[in-house]
Amino acid sequence: MYRYSEFDTAFLAERNAQFRAQVARRIAGNLTEDEFKPLRLMNGLYLQLHAYMLRVAIPYGTLDSAKMRKLAEIADRWDNGYGHFTTRQNIQYNWPELRDVPDMLDALAEVGMHAIQTSGNTIRNVTADHFAGAAADEIADPRPVAELLRQWSTDHPEFQFMPRKFKIAITGAPNDRAVTRAHDIGIRMVERDGQRGYEIIVGGGLGRTPMIGKVINDFLPEADLLPYLEAIVSVWNQIGRRDNKYKARIKITVHENGIDEIRRLVDARFEETRKTFSGVDQQMLREIEAQFAAPAFVQKSEAPFKDAYHTDPVFRSWADTNLTAHRTSGYKIVSISLKKHGETPGDATSDQMRLMADLAEEYAHDELRISHEQNVILPHVHVADLPALHARLKAAGLATANIGLISDIIACPGMDYCALATARSIPIAQEIATAFDDLKREHDIGQLKIKISGCINACGHHHVGHIGILGLDRAGVENYQITLGGDHTENAKVGDRVGPGFSAAEIVPAVERIVDTYLDLRASADEPFIDTYKRTGIDPFKAALYPDTRVAAE
Amino acid sequence: MPKAFTPKVVTANHLLKGDVVYQTATGWTRRLAEAEVLTDEADADLRLIEASQQVDVIVGAYLADVTVENGIPKPAHFRETFRATGPGNYAHGKQVELH
Repeated sequence: MYRYSEFDTAFLAERNAQFRAQVARRIAGNLTEDEFKPLRLMNGLYLQLHAYMLRVAIPYGTLDSAKMRKLAEIADRWDNGYGHFTTRQNIQYNWPELRDVPDMLDALAEVGMHAIQTSGNTIRNVTADHFAGAAADEIADPRPVAELLRQWSTDHPEFQFMPRKFKIAITGAPNDRAVTRAHDIGIRMVERDGQRGYEIIVGGGLGRTPMIGKVINDFLPEADLLPYLEAIVSVWNQIGRRDNKYKARIKITVHENGIDEIRRLVDARFEETRKTFSGVDQQMLREIEAQFAAPAFVQKSEAPFKDAYHTDPVFRSWADTNLTAHRTSGYKIVSISLKKHGETPGDATSDQMRLMADLAEEYAHDELRISHEQNVILPHVHVADLPALHARLKAAGLATANIGLISDIIACPGMDYCALATARSIPIAQEIATAFDDLKREHDIGQLKIKISGCINACGHHHVGHIGILGLDRAGVENYQITLGGDHTENAKVGDRVGPGFSAAEIVPAVERIVDTYLDLRASADEPFIDTYKRTGIDPFKAALYPDTRVAAE
Repeated sequence: MPKAFTPKVVTANHLLKGDVVYQTATGWTRRLAEAEVLTDEADADLRLIEASQQVDVIVGAYLADVTVENGIPKPAHFRETFRATGPGNYAHGKQVELH
C-alpha cells in the first residue's frame, strides 16, 4: 500500500489549512456562498437535501485497517455513526456540520486520506478493479498505476477548471470489473508479444447521454502512459464544449468529432507532451510498485474450510456466493455484502467498519477494498480462516450471502439524500431485496445485476444493469423507467428501454414479472438472466410488462 | 392567462448545520408547520429577497409550493416532503427529533 511521502503530507497539511481559513471566512461572512461554493466543492463538501455531505476519496478503493478505523472514528465523532460507500469507491458522510469539516479533513490526513477532487470539474478519484492484486485472472496489479495517476492528476495546474468532471478507471484483468468502458478514460492493462502495455478507451460515460467508450489506442507502451493521458485531457480541455453543460463531457467531444479525429489530435498533442516527461514518472512508478508488493502468503491446512463447508449449510451458502478465486493457492477473495436485505445498499455503521478493519488485520494481510458495487472486499484470506471470519461477520449482520444476486443492488442515494435526485432509489432497492428474500428465490434466480439511479445523472449505473431502474419526476409523481440487457463488463452495453415507466407502487411487481419471465424462458438453471435476454431479446419481457398493450395491438 | 399564484413558503438550508429551515415572520424554524405562508406573489418575492440577504444564516433560499390545511402548510411536492421529514430509508438524521 502506498505510504505518503513528506511531500504528500506537507501538501495535504497546506490544503487543509487553506480550507480551514476559507470555512472561517465563510462563517464570519467574509465570503459569500457564491464565492465559497467552488472552494468547498474542491474539497469534497456538498450541500445536499438535509445537510452537508463530505465525499472522501478512497484511491482505487484500497484501504488498510488504520484507514478504515479512522473512517469509523470520523463517523462517530462528527457524523451519524455510519458512512455510505459509493459507486466510485468513495465514502460519503451525510451529516457533517460546516464548522467540523476542517477537523474531519485533518483527521483524514492523519492516515493519508483526503477529499480533494471528489467534486468539481477536475480529474476525480481514479477507480480500479476491486480485486486488484488478488484476482486469479490478473495480468498485473493496476493500483501502482492508479496511484501514479492520483499523484499526476491531484492539483494538476492545467486540469483544475475543465469543461466538466473527468473520471478514469483502470483494470489489470481481462474480465472488466472496473466498468472501464463507461469512463471518460478507461485503461486496460494488456500484453502483446510478452510486453506489457495499455489499451486506452476514451469517451465512455453514463448519465444523460450514455456512451460506451471507444478504443483510441489498442497498445500504448507502458512508458508513454502519463504523456498520452495528458495529451487526451489536454485536447479535450481545449475543444470540449463549455457552452452547454450537458454536452461538455468528453463522450460528446468524441461523438461530435469522431474517434479518428480525436486520435489525430491526441497524437499531435502527444508529440509535445512526451517531450516534457523525462522518465521521472517511470522512476516514480517503480518506487510506487515496490510499496504494493504482494503480502507474504502462507501455506497451511485447508481442513477447517472443508469441515465447515460440509457441515454448516449457512457457511456453505455464503462460501458459494461471496468468494472469488485468488491467484495464490489456498487463498480466496472475500466479498463482504453491504446489502443485507432491507438495509441501505453501501451503508456501514462505525462498528461494522471497525470489525472489518479488525478482520482485515487478523485474516487478510491488513488489506481492504471498496467495490464500485458498494461492497467491501477482503482481498487475501486463507481458506482455513474463512469459518472463523464468517462467524464474526454473521454476528455483525455482515454475512449476507448475496454477492452478484438480485438483492446485491447498486443504488445511488437518490431523493432520500441527494439534492439533484428526481426520485428515491434506496427504498426501491430495499423493497426489491426484501420481496425476493421473503420468497427465498434469489439463489434459484442466480446472477442478476439490478442498478438503480434516482436521476438522469446515473450514479447508480442503471444503464449497465441487467435490469436498470431510473427514477424520474413525472408531473410531481415518482416514475421509474426500466432498461434491460445492460452490461458493465468487458462486453459493455447500454440497456434497452422497455417502455413507459412505473409508479413507486408498481415498480417492484414489474421487476417480479421480469424475473418470472426469465425463469420461464431460461434454457436451463445455468443460463443467467443476461444470456437469456441476449437469446430472446426484449419482446417477451415487454409482453410481460405491458400485457394490455399487447392485447390492444393484436 | 398567467398561472394563478399558489401558496408558498421560503425555505433554505442552515449555513452552519446544513439542515432544512423555513422562514417565519420573525426568523427561521425547522418545522414546516411553523413557516410563514405566503399567499401574495409580490409579498413572496419580497420575503425571498429578504431571506437571500441573510447570507450568514442560510444558504440557497427559494420559494416552495405548499398546500394549506386548517392554516397549516403541507408540502405540495414529494421533494419537499422528504426535505421536511428526512430520509425515507429509515428514520434518522436531524428530522427525527422533530417528529
